[in-house]
Amino acid sequence: MSLIEVKNVSKQFGGLAALTDVSFVLNKGEILGLIGPNGAGKTTMFNVINGFYPPTKGDVLLKGEKVSNLKPHVLCKLGVARTFQVVKPLQRMSTLDNVIASAFIRTKGKAEAQEVALEVLKFTNLYDDRNVISKSLPLGKRKRLEIARALATKPEIILLDESFAGLNPTEINEQVEIVNRIRTERGITILIIEHHMRVIMSISDRIVVLSYGQKIAEGTPLEIGRNPVVIEAYLGEAHNA
Amino acid sequence: MKKFLPLIILAILCILPLIGLSSYVMHIFILVLMWSVIGMGWNILGGYTGQVSFGHAAFFGMGAYTSGLLYQHLGISAWWGLPVCVVILTVLSLIIGYICLRLRGAYFALATLALGEVCRVAAENLVGFTQGNMGIMLRERTWVDKTWYFYVILIIAAGAFFLIKQVMESKLGYYFVAIREDQDAAESLGINTTFYKTISLCLSGVLTGIAGAFYMNYMGYIDPSMVFALSEVSIATVMVVMVGGAATYWGPLVGAVIMVFLAEVIRSLPHIGAAHQTIFGIILIFIIMFLPNGIVGDYRKLLKPFKSRKGASS
Repeated sequence: MSLIEVKNVSKQFGGLAALTDVSFVLNKGEILGLIGPNGAGKTTMFNVINGFYPPTKGDVLLKGEKVSNLKPHVLCKLGVARTFQVVKPLQRMSTLDNVIASAFIRTKGKAEAQEVALEVLKFTNLYDDRNVISKSLPLGKRKRLEIARALATKPEIILLDESFAGLNPTEINEQVEIVNRIRTERGITILIIEHHMRVIMSISDRIVVLSYGQKIAEGTPLEIGRNPVVIEAYLGEAHNA
Repeated sequence: MKKFLPLIILAILCILPLIGLSSYVMHIFILVLMWSVIGMGWNILGGYTGQVSFGHAAFFGMGAYTSGLLYQHLGISAWWGLPVCVVILTVLSLIIGYICLRLRGAYFALATLALGEVCRVAAENLVGFTQGNMGIMLRERTWVDKTWYFYVILIIAAGAFFLIKQVMESKLGYYFVAIREDQDAAESLGINTTFYKTISLCLSGVLTGIAGAFYMNYMGYIDPSMVFALSEVSIATVMVVMVGGAATYWGPLVGAVIMVFLAEVIRSLPHIGAAHQTIFGIILIFIIMFLPNGIVGDYRKLLKPFKSRKGASS
């Protein structure tokens, strides 16, 4: 069953075509990787799905309903949560308060929100840092805080924008484990942007490749790894020795 | 102890008029409480929600004029201005919010700055309605003695303090601070930022307006350049909160104490004439340079010299 369907989406900023006629489907329960060289339009795609930008052409469907012109907070209520590539912690709030603020969306009182928040912090191994002011967390933990906040909104779908970038190998392993547990233990569907090839190849069920705003390939990690068009986009034409 | 601090201070303030202070000292205390209400109002929007306004004179003046015009045109007691201005300012805040809150940061500040000035010019020129620069005068004041005015503003200030405390510990408070820290992140966490900014503006505007309505009753006379003043009201409001400490419970009260006392002390210095404003300005620059988070926000910094000395001697 398709949860999100992206249908012929184009997004233009003035004369710049950031996305041209992109279509793909995110199925329930899968981890779909979104990869592509720098400037391919991956984050723009997230911003369109998430509601920050309306698409210039085309539609985004959530469970068959058109959601292209809804605002991010509405999409969040409908079950789409996201993290940011450039982390955006609520800086002068403690880690716990960050997560409580996002837990309020599906809870009534503060006690309930706090309960949800503490549970999520345990899930993401941030429990010991709960009273730290979030701007003083190291990058690895801030990236995890992004995930924790997204989880606290109890989403059905989570969009992860480069949650592994800038992490050291230990942190990457820990993060991979968390992402896998998000799917296995919580049954949340994941759309993930990632540059780290080893991670994306091992974690994804399917991969969509963007280049210059167009979809150039789609398939299992194995297929993508062998696809000559993808290799060309990443490494240039001369690489056919 | 800390939990009871607000109640202790409230109790002290309650018995204050009973010890027979002079009328001038009571006047100062009334001004301090009134400014702390205005500061608390501004603090909701500017401190907690991060939308800095340079036009709170618009709300203050609108509250004062609500009171004054009710008296002038309907011939009812100006005290009706207190409840009525809640309605008027909610409506006004919704309109202003609809127009201004789509702007961010400096643009919002500039829009509010213009708003205050627009209100002043309007009040000056709608002579038939507001009596223009002649202002509005209450023919008789409710009480000659200041004690009852003191209790009225004390009730308003205490009410505002506990209301804000309640709000900030609830979902609303978390949302306000989330919007201040990062609007895009807040939006993607399911917070309808425009809606909650508007609520914040309404709370802020209503509190400031109530202080304005009280001002009309207390002073007995208002004119546009008094209540819609840019520097004397709008900027002074920002200063009260900045000096006291933005986004703190006690900041507006501490700021109001310092601003009112400082203004009075400097004004009464001999032989300096109009230079008192210059001195006032210089002192404020120093406070902001060395205590950017205000006195409540940076009080640990203030205590530091005393603490280290103690540590060295022991």
